[in-house]
Amino acid sequence: RKTKLSKNLLRMKFMQRGLDLETKKQLEEEEKKIISEEHWYLDLPELKEKECFIIEEQSFLLCEDLLYGRMSFRGFNPEVEKLMLQMNAKNKVEEVEDEAVELDVSDEEMARRYETLVGTIGKKFAKKRDRASYEEDENGHIKPTVKVKKMFLKPQD
Amino acid sequence: GVYWVDSQQKRYVPVKGDHVIGIVTAKSGDIFKVDVGGSEPASLSYLAFEGATKRNRPNVQVGDLIYGQFVVANKDMEPEMVCIDSCGRASGMGVIGQDGLLFKVTLGLIRKLLAPDCEILQEVGKLYPLEIVFGMNGRIWVKAKTIQQTLILANILEACEHMTADQRKQIFSRLAES
Repeated sequence: RKTKLSKNLLRMKFMQRGLDLETKKQLEEEEKKIISEEHWYLDLPELKEKECFIIEEQSFLLCEDLLYGRMSFRGFNPEVEKLMLQMNAKNKVEEVEDEAVELDVSDEEMARRYETLVGTIGKKFAKKRDRASYEEDENGHIKPTVKVKKMFLKPQD
Repeated sequence: GVYWVDSQQKRYVPVKGDHVIGIVTAKSGDIFKVDVGGSEPASLSYLAFEGATKRNRPNVQVGDLIYGQFVVANKDMEPEMVCIDSCGRASGMGVIGQDGLLFKVTLGLIRKLLAPDCEILQEVGKLYPLEIVFGMNGRIWVKAKTIQQTLILANILEACEHMTADQRKQIFSRLAES
């Protein structure tokens, strides 16, 4: 069973922060569409805007692939030379998305550590008598042993 | 398919997204008035610099040269420019350093010089260490180690308008000798 969050809760500011722009826009549109009884509206079918194939642009940036405006030659201004490489590379090659940061510890190792962690921490709280029962693996990892609770043994007749 | 009309003109009309060189003409309150060669001066907010806050104001004086881009530029409103990109980094924009020389050329020449396959710039770069900033408003700022070198550079770039490729190569070879 999944508990559904109420609409009012979803509308609160702290729930909105995680949403992308698109979902936000969609939510806003939906809200606008809800027409209350008091609002008067025209009962007409939705008019479609004719698609315009011509777009007017004033800028030359889209027309010609121009280089970046600041330049330095023969090491006159090293920062500008660095910038030149950056900016001109951006135009030619699409920036490769940042590769996933290499993990220092692999997932497997993490799982192993957590497994034995239970044993290690458990050792801290175990009584002296129980600590002896903690066996050690080949690698020195603590094997979590199942403790047998001492129950009352009925004497045999 | 993109079509455009390439014409020769000297008068600049502010266009959104264009990088231009401007001269600070006035400082009033929180904004600077920057002359970009258009019909009216552009406004530049002091917060539109990298790392600028209300307490930490950028060091901009009247008469400084600014390299920035337009965020608002249409015929109905006063143009506004900033020295910061959409990520909040300066990426080369801001106050242009001391010394150097600013001169005007036609808009067509700027576009020609900034073309990816421009030979002029490659040849110029081999002469001596130098720095150039191109403004889409027809302004070029150059700086070299000596005043003479700076002037030679300015003259070459201005003359490139009218010279043919051969004439240019002659001049470069003469310069390389001296």
